Amino acid sequence: MSEIEKVTLWVVVNGVVHEGKVDPRLLLSDYLRIHLGLTGTHVGCEHGVCGSCTVLVDGASTRSCLMLAIQANGLEISTVESLGSPEKLNPLQKAFNEHHGLQCGFCTPGMLMTATEMLQKYPLKTDEEIRELLSGNLCRCTGYQGIVDAVRECAHKRDTGEISIQDISPRIEGSL
Amino acid sequence: MQSNENAKVIAGGQSLMPMLNFRVVQPALLVDIGKLVELDYIKEVNDRIVIGALTRHTTVGSSQLIKDYIPVMHEALKYVAHLAIRNKGTIGGSLSHADPAAEYPMLSLLLDAEIYCESTKGERVIPASNFFAGSLSTALDDDEILTKISFPKLAQCTGWAFEEFAQRNGDFALAAVGVLLSKNSENKIQKVKLAAMGVGETALRLNEIEQLLISKPYSDDLCEAAAHSLSSILTPNTDLHASANYRLHLTGELLKKTLKLAWNMASVETSYE
Repeated sequence: MSEIEKVTLWVVVNGVVHEGKVDPRLLLSDYLRIHLGLTGTHVGCEHGVCGSCTVLVDGASTRSCLMLAIQANGLEISTVESLGSPEKLNPLQKAFNEHHGLQCGFCTPGMLMTATEMLQKYPLKTDEEIRELLSGNLCRCTGYQGIVDAVRECAHKRDTGEISIQDISPRIEGSL
Repeated sequence: MQSNENAKVIAGGQSLMPMLNFRVVQPALLVDIGKLVELDYIKEVNDRIVIGALTRHTTVGSSQLIKDYIPVMHEALKYVAHLAIRNKGTIGGSLSHADPAAEYPMLSLLLDAEIYCESTKGERVIPASNFFAGSLSTALDDDEILTKISFPKLAQCTGWAFEEFAQRNGDFALAAVGVLLSKNSENKIQKVKLAAMGVGETALRLNEIEQLLISKPYSDDLCEAAAHSLSSILTPNTDLHASANYRLHLTGELLKKTLKLAWNMASVETSYE
């Protein structure tokens, strides 16, 4: 097999511009984890079923294991690292913590990124709607009730104005 | 694609990428058409709705045009995959991939869609009834891409229903049935279209059942007979998720349910199609 030429990738990840040469075959999930060291994005099933690797691409939740890094050329990526920090959790992360919305934590980055898009775009008036939208993310510790509780509380606080969309949106580097 | 016969087109990638990850397919060249924004549209053209091949499931699912004119598609889209997959997956990709348990191939058969394909040789239109050759196999030539799909609007008097059973919301269907139906002034079934998915090598139009129902007055017995005759028409697979018999049983139950819903919704035909 002939040598495959590398391709030039220009991408904004969590507000920081990254430019470089990558294999055209490289998955976005591997680019984030291996090339950028952003290991908050977890890789579970590697075929789009489990949802652990979910990131936001131009604001839309996306499986980073089902996208080539080069397909993200020119786009804006947000990973779980763009939410709060261990010292300062964002309101969604705080709600996960308070409602025991995680046990082992493997699915949590994907859950958080999916929930971030949900809170930005959907009314989330019923548990049915919350569960439907979260149904693409698997939690094998079966902690769904806590996760739904956390998202419901955030949606409620969003609606009452207790927290703003800004508070639960990805932050760019250095803005924390 | 003309220069490399082992080339593959990628759009949303939500079916192809898992196959690449598993090395089930190993194309030498991948042609990414994902950024052809001119193929991302939903248009009203007289009595039809035309959808560009790169229109995402999220876009179709939230389209007011689809909700108004092809409500059965709006309903069926609720069953298509999960949020992140819907954000990326495209209608053209779903049809080209031709999974026997995916919603778009079934909807295209139910609605008698016209599928537009293009290559450097020009454009051709393939009726949905001739498009699906087998599981994951279509009438597309190696150097062709699907560009748009044209669906007729439903007539106001048409009753419709779509019901699906899957193990988890958004997963591939174990079975699903879609129905379009109109009634005449004698309160009989005037026209009926039926399609099923998850129960064959491709999604299927159930022509034999349509023939059995046409010009008859609706009754529970008629639906029961229709469901009963499925066993002589369908040959579903047994796999990890469900046995052939269970799939057949599900299809029968979904058929009865959808026929009832569609009949109750239909009004007397003034003009159908």
